[in-house]
Amino acid sequence: MKYQSQRVAYWYFLAAMAVFSVQVLGGLWAGWIYIDPNFYAEAAPFNIVRMLHTNALIVWLLLGFFGAAYFLVPEEAERELQSPMLAYVQLLILLLGTAGAVISYLFDLFPGHWLLGKEGREFLEQPLWVKLGIVVAALIFLYNITLTSLKGRKTAITNVLLLGLWGLVLLFLFAFYNPGNLSLDKMFWWYVVHLWVEATWELVMASILAFLMLKLTGVDREIVEKWLYVIVATALFSGILGTGHHYYWIGTPGYWQWIGSIFSSLEVVPFFAMMSFAFVMVWKGRRDHPNKAALLWSLGAATIAFFGAGVWGFLHTLHGVNYYTHGTQITAAHGHLAFYGAYVSVNLAIITYAMPILRGRDPYNQVLNMGSFWLMTGGMAFMTFVLTFAGTVQTHLQRVMGEAFMDTQDAVNLFYVMRWGAGLVVVTGALVFIWAQLVPGREVIARGTGQEA
Amino acid sequence: MPEVMTKTMARNVFYGGSLFFIAIFLVLSFNSVGYIRNHSTSAETLTDSVVAGKRVWEENACVNCHTILGEGAYFAPELGNVMRRWGVQDDPEGAYEMLKGWMEAQPTGIEGRRQMPQFDLDDEEIRNLADFLLWTGTIKTQSWPPNDAG
Repeated sequence: MKYQSQRVAYWYFLAAMAVFSVQVLGGLWAGWIYIDPNFYAEAAPFNIVRMLHTNALIVWLLLGFFGAAYFLVPEEAERELQSPMLAYVQLLILLLGTAGAVISYLFDLFPGHWLLGKEGREFLEQPLWVKLGIVVAALIFLYNITLTSLKGRKTAITNVLLLGLWGLVLLFLFAFYNPGNLSLDKMFWWYVVHLWVEATWELVMASILAFLMLKLTGVDREIVEKWLYVIVATALFSGILGTGHHYYWIGTPGYWQWIGSIFSSLEVVPFFAMMSFAFVMVWKGRRDHPNKAALLWSLGAATIAFFGAGVWGFLHTLHGVNYYTHGTQITAAHGHLAFYGAYVSVNLAIITYAMPILRGRDPYNQVLNMGSFWLMTGGMAFMTFVLTFAGTVQTHLQRVMGEAFMDTQDAVNLFYVMRWGAGLVVVTGALVFIWAQLVPGREVIARGTGQEA
Repeated sequence: MPEVMTKTMARNVFYGGSLFFIAIFLVLSFNSVGYIRNHSTSAETLTDSVVAGKRVWEENACVNCHTILGEGAYFAPELGNVMRRWGVQDDPEGAYEMLKGWMEAQPTGIEGRRQMPQFDLDDEEIRNLADFLLWTGTIKTQSWPPNDAG
């Protein structure tokens, strides 16, 4: 650890991994309800379990991003954080809000209350007080990280990271706008949801990846940062108007069908660029970095993001296809592999890279960690395949043949059973990963002799 | 990318291009808001009851099982066209009666069937919810979904 205040990141990563475990266990539970629908149906109905699954995902990814920023900004800016104390206050607010949201969901506290009750739009279900807490935490974060960066060395990596994080926070303000007109509601709801995951988060991901490549491969900063600007340019050029692929069927004008189809098809480009970038840097790099597991996660993130976000996104983004596949298991298949590849993996990559440094030791448990990569990635890939099959059958039966929803669901039940098996493998991988981070063991990988790359 | 482009050029393309696309997006958003207000939805029929029904929809986290206009969870049927599927899209009183009967029958408790919780809605809330779903059924959605199955 070059700067003492980077230590803040350690606690963010611990919190992120704790919420990660809640997320995957929630997913396992929700997947089980598909197979055994009466399973605690009254104590924990599907909608509540799913809220825990999706909300926990968003929270831990954000905790990971914040941790990543607190880890890499001091190193890039070459100075200590503006205020480690504020960073801890921010973490406490976020954890308090998370606990508050979970308890409100599980016990259905204060139903309908304007401040304390859950708000109930998808992914933005948090009670108003939690949303306000998130804004306060976000402002603390932006203050802390922006001042650190402004007073220190400015690099392209911090530039892009800060731009992504500022954008993310500003767009969250649309979560407070909920008009009575459902079409307007949906249109601006996507300002948060789409412009997070298909624009600003891509900036965060690309800058974390660039930082990792810089450290792991030793390629010249000029080259890494030039790639970074090209990647984020293609991300925003395609992603902003790519929002149109959510504006096909919600009461918005017909021209979105063309704009959405064209620009969201181009959303493959930044993911292809990130994958190419990662591999080219590794090939060019001369450094034999001892943290092999971090390298595996970095390359894995870029590759799986390309397939999950890029290829599986393109699969159903053209409006002629989406007319039939919209809101089927095809969407679920894409959502799972895209989030896992792009945002879960990049978080696990920076955690894998940073944890040994934060704990002041050489990389540890790398074989276990790499094993967890293959467990999670294999499980996620299998889950994506079976959900894609389920979605294809569902699309045909329901959207083409016009059969009733529940009949189509009975027809694809076998795929849900296989999905649960895949989910169990993913959960196992996640727990192995967390174990590998928390319980340092003897290293079984011998240190390389260098220059082999 | 040797010598094709310098880092400064790449940065300027990124900033300039992004501002350009943000500007286009804002213009189209502005236009879309007008389209929604004046063409695809009706402000006259957007009554207080519809808005109250939307709140019932949200407070009970309906969207975390059902989809509405294709968005939500994929555990339970699409509800943007449920009143058409039930054959009561043009019959508000019939819609209310259907929905009331449905809500009061939950959960069915049938073994092996997906369960919908009992939400304990009062008659006014059920009427609001019915009005909300009826109004949603009138949104011009570029003729999605393809059929009544939703």
